[in-house]
Amino acid sequence: MSEADRTRRIEAHLSRRARWRWPEIVFWLALFAIIVLVPSRAALINEILVAGLFALSLDLILGLTGIVSLGQAAFLGVGAYAAAILASLDYADPTLGLAVGALVAAVVGFATAPLLLRGSDLTRLMVTLGVSLMLGELANRNAWLTGGADGLNFTMGKVLDLFPIGFTGQRNAALYSFGVLFVLFALARRLRQSPFGLALAAIRENRLRAGALGIATNWRIIAVYTVSAAYAGAAGALLAQTTQIVSLDLFDFHRSADVLLMLIIGGAGWLYGGIVGAAAFIVLRDVISAATPEYWEFWIGLLLVVLVMVGRERLQDLARRAVSRLAPKLARGGAA
Amino acid sequence: MLTILFDGIAYGMLLFVLASGLSVTLGLMNFINLAHGAFAMVGGYVTALMMARLGAPFLLTLPVAFVVPAVLGVVLERTLYRKLYGASPLDQVLFTIGLVLMAMPIADFFLGNEARQVNLPAWLSGSLSLYGVGVSRYRLFIVAVCGVIAAALQLFLVRTRFGAQLRAAVDDARVANGLGIDVDRIFAVAFAVGSGLAGLGGALAADVVGGIDPSFPVKFLVTFLIVVTVGGSNGILGALFGALLLGILDVAGKYYVPSIGAFIIYAVMVLTLIVRPQGLFARGDR
Repeated sequence: MSEADRTRRIEAHLSRRARWRWPEIVFWLALFAIIVLVPSRAALINEILVAGLFALSLDLILGLTGIVSLGQAAFLGVGAYAAAILASLDYADPTLGLAVGALVAAVVGFATAPLLLRGSDLTRLMVTLGVSLMLGELANRNAWLTGGADGLNFTMGKVLDLFPIGFTGQRNAALYSFGVLFVLFALARRLRQSPFGLALAAIRENRLRAGALGIATNWRIIAVYTVSAAYAGAAGALLAQTTQIVSLDLFDFHRSADVLLMLIIGGAGWLYGGIVGAAAFIVLRDVISAATPEYWEFWIGLLLVVLVMVGRERLQDLARRAVSRLAPKLARGGAA
Repeated sequence: MLTILFDGIAYGMLLFVLASGLSVTLGLMNFINLAHGAFAMVGGYVTALMMARLGAPFLLTLPVAFVVPAVLGVVLERTLYRKLYGASPLDQVLFTIGLVLMAMPIADFFLGNEARQVNLPAWLSGSLSLYGVGVSRYRLFIVAVCGVIAAALQLFLVRTRFGAQLRAAVDDARVANGLGIDVDRIFAVAFAVGSGLAGLGGALAADVVGGIDPSFPVKFLVTFLIVVTVGGSNGILGALFGALLLGILDVAGKYYVPSIGAFIIYAVMVLTLIVRPQGLFARGDR
């Protein structure tokens, strides 16, 4: 096989990977249809969409790059507070708030990313957790800015000056979240298939060898952590804008733990895992807590223990094999 | 000034008692055991219930608060934990978070969600005056008990044959096995000690933290982890010094700069991990 031939084959393979497959298109259309057709559950759907975006942000570092984090809530909180503070200063345009929330979170992410470069996985877990707790305590102690334990009061303007969101416009809020999620997802999908994304995969598989291949691993990790922080910040801004509430519990440990559970339930590394996991987690919580309000955590815990005991890889393999039987094309490229 | 120092030491000792078990499972055995607080909760409940229902004296409940979680620890270790010794940190985190999520509703289901108090006996309550400084008797008691635990554990792990075998098994389980060390049994015993210490810590801390309730495993999870990561993953003394350092800094920080609150211990942890990712008192590189 000649050199040009090989290059052409690789290019063809990569562009085949990049193409949107029909199950993906069906997925997004179905999601859109649900929002339009079931307006009575719009608040729940909105929660799923925002949580899905948050889990997607974690997938960028955990699934694509293999960096563990217990502190993703830091960026959720920063983004939410940035958007809420902006709105309380009468800059009520949601898209502006979204951009600012993502940007501020990205700055914080960029500033804290160098902390991830040293030490073991345990170090990273503790450092990310510590950063989120520090930011939470800062928000708690600077009540002049954040309102402290009382939270903030603010009203949102209309999205693109057309659609009102908030309590009166739950469905609009869900559609707004859907739009943001779709755009950011498409970006993440593109990122995953770019040379940058392939470098991240190399780092995930073996950081030492990736470095030996000439990949600037440290800068790649800082870059993807910054992007992930921006995504989480956008999720936080969406959460603040669509619920019109910000509170200190955004920085809590349980937020970081929950989003990790969602991503793991949905499967890390294929980008759809966050959305699927968020939907499963929130619907499960809704169903179980309708039956036994206090004890729903037990079932999530049991699910987790079983998941780890059986082996996450093995379950993912099973799922992939089931998918490949139903839709061989999907399994060959996108879902892998 | 002296009061602050003593309060800091007493708080540090309390942190140590809560975290000493974790410094065995996480520190020595390298298992990221986020369910540590669940074992502590079991110990706290044992003491509180024995005193309330059976009228048992406080001191007598403490050994039971050690044994019950230790047995529970062995059972869980034999059935579940042991399969994850070689697993990735992420799997260990997920598994132990799952255990915590299960433990809390179980406690809530059987014991209700109100806090169970541990009523200290008369000779431990109140305070006495030491060189003009008012010192709570119970704090003194905790300092003494912690001193004993720290010394006993240190001797146990460094001077005994078992300690040497445990360290060998952690460093390289296969080679240790080849040398005729019963690695399975060693890990089971070590895990039992860690869980038992967690229970003892829960029982001793119950009074100071305002009783034991089902949210205990999560409420203090972060504190345990900070102590062990700051102290370093190498033996009990690291955890002891880390706990003392954090206790003194936290109390002094809250006294001198109340506006930043708990910020200071988080900052100390992050700074420590930047400078020394293995912890302050770790021995060289591993």
